[in-house]
Amino acid sequence: MSADNLKTHTPDDVEPGDAVRPGHPVQVSRYTVAARINHWITALSLIALALSGMALFTPSLFFLTGLFGGGQWTRALHPWIGVVLFFSFAGLFLRFWKANLPAREDGTWLARISDVLRGREERLPEIGKYNAGQKFVFWGMSGLIIVLIASGIAMWDQYFYAFTTIEQKRVAVLVHAVAAVCIICVWIIHVYAAIWVKGTIGAMTRGKVTGGWAWRHHRKWLRELVGTRPGKRPPTPAE
Amino acid sequence: MFPPIPNPTVASDAATPRFGEKDILRRSASEVTPPAQRLTEVAKLIDVSKCIGCKACQAACLEWNNLTEEIGFNHGVYTNPMDLTPDSFTLMRFTEWVNPETENLEWLIRKDGCMHCEDPGCLKACPAPGAIVQYSNGIVDFQHDNCIGCGYCIKGCPFNIPRISKVDHTAYKCTLCSDRVAVGQGPACQKACPTQAIVFGTKDEMKDWAELRITDLKSRGFANAGLYDPPGVGGTHVMYVLHHADTPSIYAGLPDNPRISPLVDAWKGMTKYVGLAVMGFAAAAGFLHYVVAGPNKVSEEDEENAERLADGTPPPVPPASLQEGRTP
Repeated sequence: MSADNLKTHTPDDVEPGDAVRPGHPVQVSRYTVAARINHWITALSLIALALSGMALFTPSLFFLTGLFGGGQWTRALHPWIGVVLFFSFAGLFLRFWKANLPAREDGTWLARISDVLRGREERLPEIGKYNAGQKFVFWGMSGLIIVLIASGIAMWDQYFYAFTTIEQKRVAVLVHAVAAVCIICVWIIHVYAAIWVKGTIGAMTRGKVTGGWAWRHHRKWLRELVGTRPGKRPPTPAE
Repeated sequence: MFPPIPNPTVASDAATPRFGEKDILRRSASEVTPPAQRLTEVAKLIDVSKCIGCKACQAACLEWNNLTEEIGFNHGVYTNPMDLTPDSFTLMRFTEWVNPETENLEWLIRKDGCMHCEDPGCLKACPAPGAIVQYSNGIVDFQHDNCIGCGYCIKGCPFNIPRISKVDHTAYKCTLCSDRVAVGQGPACQKACPTQAIVFGTKDEMKDWAELRITDLKSRGFANAGLYDPPGVGGTHVMYVLHHADTPSIYAGLPDNPRISPLVDAWKGMTKYVGLAVMGFAAAAGFLHYVVAGPNKVSEEDEENAERLADGTPPPVPPASLQEGRTP
C-alpha cells in the first residue's frame, strides 16, 4: 500500500459532512441537516411513545392519555408512532453505525469511568467521534428498538391478533414493558449527557460544535478531520 | 329439580337495581374502598351431564344482549361459531372423547363463557380506570365507556374469554346478565335452558345443588364426578358439574388448574414498581451528578488548542499536573 492510499482512507468515525472550519473559534460540522431532521423525528417519536406507553403501563399515569385524545386514541396511536420511530431510527442507524464500532480506546475510557464522571478528560485517551458511553447509547437504543418493535407487533391485537398465541402475547407484554423501562433509562442518560457536557446540544440543532469542544471531548476525531482537510498536511501527533 | 327462579313481579319497585356503583369490590386500574357489607355471592352452575347441546342458551344470550352473530360456515362440527366472538358471549363447545376405561365414545358438551373469577385476571391486567369492575356479588363486568380496546384483558384471562370488537374497539364477554340479576332475574341462558343444566342462585345454593348432582352421578358410575370451582382464581361465579372432574381439559380445553399467569403477575406487579423506581433513580442520579460535579465546560485553552491544530501548528501538550482544574 502506498502512503497516498493510507492518507485518503477515511476513518470509520468520520462521517459525510464532518469538517473543520477554521476561524475564531474553530467550528466543526458534526451533523448534516438530514441527520438532524432524522434525529428530531426519532426524538419526538420516542418522547410520544414514552408518554403514551407510560400511560398504559401504570394507572397512576393513565391521565397522560389526555395528551393523545383519550384512552382509545392512545391505544390506537402508540403502535403507529412506534412504526415511525422504527423507520426513523433505522435511518439514524445506517448513518451512525460505522462511527459506533468499538475502538481500542473504548476499554480505557470505560475503565476510567470515574474520571469521566468527574469531568477530568485530560486523564482519558483521545476519543473518536463517539466515546464508549455514546456507543452504549447507540447500541442500546438499536437493540432495544428491535426488541420493542418485535414485542410490540406481537401485542398489536388490532392487526396481528391471529399471529401469536395468548401465552406468546403475555411474554410480549412483559418483554415490552421491561425493554421500555430500559430504553427510557438509556434516553435519560442520553439527554443528561447532552445537558451536562456544555456545547453538545448545538451539534443537533445547528449541526456545529466549537473546535474547543471537539478538542476536549473527541480529540482523535478532530485530528482526523484536520488531517483529511484538502490541501492540509496532517499534523504530526502531539506525542 | 332445582326450583326455577320465578317470573318477574310487577311490583312498583321491581325495576330498582339491587346492586350498582356502591357494591364495587374491585375496579380496574383504581383503588377502591371495598363496600363494608358484601352482597350475597351469586353463581351460575352449569351441569355438563344434563346438557343436551340444544344451544338455546347461545340463542337466548344473543337475543337478550341484542347481538347478531355473523352468518358463518359449517365446519363439519356442531360447534358454531368456532370460537367466542365479540358477539357470542357464550358458546357450546362439542368434544368427541373416547373414554380409555370403557372404550365408549362420549359426547362432551360444555357451555363456554366468562367464569366470573373471584380473582379476575382481566381486571388485574386492565390499564383503563373503571373499564372492568367486580361487584361484591361476584359479577365481573366490562364498562364499555371506559374501555380503550388494548386487549390486555385477553392476556390476563386464564380462560381465553374476552374478545375485542372490530366495530367499537372495546372488549366484550358474558356479563352474567348483570342487568337481569340486578332486578332479581336469572341470566338469559339459564332462563332458556330446557333441561335445567344451567341453574342460577346464590353461590352456596349452587354448591349444595352441585353436591346433590355429584352424588347422583357417582351412584351411576361416574366415580370422578365433581364440581369445577377452581381455587387457583379464588373460585368462580360460574361453576361446572363435570362427570370427569379429574380431567377438566377433556372438555374442549377447560384449564385443569387455572390461575393468573405468572407473566401477568410479574408484568403488573414487580415490573411496574421496579420499572418506575429505576426510571426515577436514573433521573435523580442525573440531577445529583449535575449538582455535585457541575457542568462539563469547554475552556479557553481547549479553543486555543483547537485553533492551533486547525492552523497546522501542533499545540503543546502540558503535563497532566498543569491541566488539573483547567475548567474555569
